[in-house]
Amino acid sequence: MSWHTIGGYEVRADDLWTVATAAACSVSCGLVGCFLVLRRLSLLGDAISHAILPGLAIAFMVSGSRSPGPMLVGAMAVGVLTALLSSGLSRWGRVPADSSMGVVFTTLFAVGVILISFAARDVDLDPGCVLYGSVEMTPLDLVPVLGVEMPRALAFLGVVLLVNTAAVVVFYKELKIVCFDPYLATTMGISAAAVHYGLMTLVAATSVASFESVGSILVVAMLVAPGATAHLLTDRLSRMLWIAAGVAALAAVVGYAMAVALDTSVAGMIATVALGQFVLAALASPGQGIIAKQVRRLGLAARICREDALGILFRCQENAGGGLSAREFRSRVGGGGALGRAVVRWMRWVGLVEAGARGEVRLTSRGLEESSRVVRGHRLWESYLASRAGVDPSRVHEPAHRAEHYLSDSMRDRLQDEVKERSDPHGREIP
Amino acid sequence: MKLAGPEAAGIHARAAVPAAAGRAGVGVSVEVHDVTVAYGRKPVLWDVDLVLPEGRLVAIVGPNGAGKSTLLKAILGLVPLASGRVTIFGEPLRRVRREIGYVPQRETVDWDFPIDALGVVLMGRYGRLGWIRRPGRADREAARECLRQVGMEDFAGRQISQLSGGQQQRVFLARALAQDARLYFMDEPFAGVDAATETAIVEVLRRMREAGRTVVAVHHDLQTVPEYFDHVVLLNMRLVASGPVEATFTRENLQRAYGGRLTLLDEAAEAIRRGGGGA
Repeated sequence: MSWHTIGGYEVRADDLWTVATAAACSVSCGLVGCFLVLRRLSLLGDAISHAILPGLAIAFMVSGSRSPGPMLVGAMAVGVLTALLSSGLSRWGRVPADSSMGVVFTTLFAVGVILISFAARDVDLDPGCVLYGSVEMTPLDLVPVLGVEMPRALAFLGVVLLVNTAAVVVFYKELKIVCFDPYLATTMGISAAAVHYGLMTLVAATSVASFESVGSILVVAMLVAPGATAHLLTDRLSRMLWIAAGVAALAAVVGYAMAVALDTSVAGMIATVALGQFVLAALASPGQGIIAKQVRRLGLAARICREDALGILFRCQENAGGGLSAREFRSRVGGGGALGRAVVRWMRWVGLVEAGARGEVRLTSRGLEESSRVVRGHRLWESYLASRAGVDPSRVHEPAHRAEHYLSDSMRDRLQDEVKERSDPHGREIP
Repeated sequence: MKLAGPEAAGIHARAAVPAAAGRAGVGVSVEVHDVTVAYGRKPVLWDVDLVLPEGRLVAIVGPNGAGKSTLLKAILGLVPLASGRVTIFGEPLRRVRREIGYVPQRETVDWDFPIDALGVVLMGRYGRLGWIRRPGRADREAARECLRQVGMEDFAGRQISQLSGGQQQRVFLARALAQDARLYFMDEPFAGVDAATETAIVEVLRRMREAGRTVVAVHHDLQTVPEYFDHVVLLNMRLVASGPVEATFTRENLQRAYGGRLTLLDEAAEAIRRGGGGA
C-alpha cells in the first residue's frame, strides 16, 4: 500500500483515488446541473437518475453482463425517454408538468425495481448498491490507463467529465440562449428541442456513469446543489459554471474527509456537505444572501431613525430656540426602543448632537446642517404635493414624512425649482 | 433621449423585393394560407387567410384569447399547424430564418437568469453565427451600438433583474435590432412599459420602417393603433379584417372582433377620434 504526504498529513493512495472519483462525479453533475437549475428542471435530473433503472436492468438482461457499454446505452435511452415522456404527457395529456414528470419517473423506477429483482435471481445486481453506491470500494477494481493503475470508476467518470466539459465549452452559446429564451433560439434555427434532449442525454449518461460507484443519492444532490449555490453567488453564467465546478470539487474533498473521520457513508456525507454549502450561500451571499439583506434593512431603519431624530430636534429648536431634555429625546427617537437608543448614542458619538448648558440635547453645527437638509426635503415635498399635485394640505404630512428619507440632493433642487414658495403649506419656512 | 437617424442606427436600407408583388405595388412579407391551430382539441385559430405588406408597421389586435400570440407563433413555426401553410417573402420559413427577428412577451423569459443587458443583446447575433461559433469583438460592438440606440448604453453591464420593466423591454428591442432582420415579429412590445419607453419604442419602430423593415406586432391598446401603425389585422379566432388602418380600423370591424366586449371607453375614444377628424 502506497502513502503520500499532503500538508503534513499522511494520505493513502486509496483515499486519493476515492476522492478523485467522487470529485469527477460531483464536477460532472455540477456542470450539467447548472443548466437544469436555470431551466427550472432540477427535478428532471432526479427523475432521470431514478428512471434509468429499468434501462440498466434491460441492458443487463440483454447483454448478460455488467460491462459499462450496454449499461450506458440502455440508461441513456431510458433517460431520454423519460424527458420525452414527461414533456409529451404534459402537452398531450393536459397534465401539469410536475405531475407528469412525477408519474413518469416513479413508474419507470418501479418497473426497474421489478426487472432488477428478476435479473438478480441469477446474479448480483443489488438495488441498494444503485441507490447508495460504494465509492469506498472503487480502489479495489483497478484498470491500467496510460500506464497508471487507476480505479475503473475513475477512468469512466473521467471520460464523462471530459465529455461534459467539452459539451459545455463547445455548445456554451446554444445552451445559454436555449435556457434563457427557447422561443427566440428556435426561430433562429438553434432548435431548443435538440439542445434540450442533448442536455438530457448528458444528464442520463452522467447519472449512469456515477451509479455504480457513487450511487444515485449523490448524483441527485450534485445535479442540483452546486448549480443552485453558484446561482446565488454570481450573476454571470460563465462564472456560475466555474463556481459550481469548484463548489462540487470542494464538497467531494471535505465530504470524504468528514466521512472518514465520522466513519459513515461517503456519498451521503458529500451530498450533505453540498447542501450545507447551499445553505451557507443562501445566508451569506453578498448580493442576495439573507444576512446581507438583513444588514441592508437594518442600515435603512437606522438611517430613517437618525433622520427622524434630526427632524425632531430641528423643529424643536426652530420653535423654542432651545433643545430637548435628554430623557424626552430618548423616548421620542425610534419609540425609545433598542434601535432608537443605539442611534441616539451613535449621534452623540459622531458629533451630530451635544449636551447643552442645562443638560438638554442640542444639534451641533454639523447636526444642524444635516437636519436642515432633511426638513428641507420634507417641506419641499409637502409644498409640491399641495401646490402641484393638488393634494389637500392637511394630508401632505404623512407622505412627506416617508419621502424625506429617499430624496437625493438633485431631487431636492429640482423640487425647489418647481415649488416657488419659500414656506410649506403649514406656513413654516423651507430651510 | 437622443435618437439618431436610421443610418447611425445601424439599420441599412434594403431594397424591397419586387418579385412577390402584392396590391398597389407594395411587396408581400407574410402569406398565411388557411391556417388552423389547436391546443389539444380546442381550436385557437380557425382557417386564417392573411397577406401582410412589406415595409409597414402591422398591428394584430383582438380580445383576450383571440389567438394573437398564437398567430405569431404559428407564422414562426413555434406551434404546429393543424392545417394550412405559411410563406415568408414567398419562401418557406426554414429558408428565411436569418431575415426574421422575434421579440417574445417579456414574461416568457426568466429575468433572474445570470446575464447582463449586453449579453442579452448579443444573443440577437447568435442566429447569423449559426451553431458553435462564438460571438466576436465585432458582434460585441454591434450589440453595444444597439443598446445605444434604445438609450440603454449605461446599463450594458447591469444584471437584467435590476432593470425596470420598461428598461427590460428596451433591452429586448435592442436585441431585435442586433438581429438586423428584414421582418420582425413582436409580442406585446408595449405591455407594461412606462411612457418614456413607449415613445422610445415607437421611435425605433418608425426608423425600422424608414429603413424598409416590416414589423408585425401584437398590440393591446386600441387607442394608439391609428397613431403607431399603418396596417391592422383584427382577429378573434377567425380573421375579422386585415388592411390599411384608415380603411380597416372602423367601428364596425372592431365591434365584430370584440363582439359585445368593446367597452364604452373604447367607443367614446373612437367617437372622439372620428369627431376630431382623426389623429
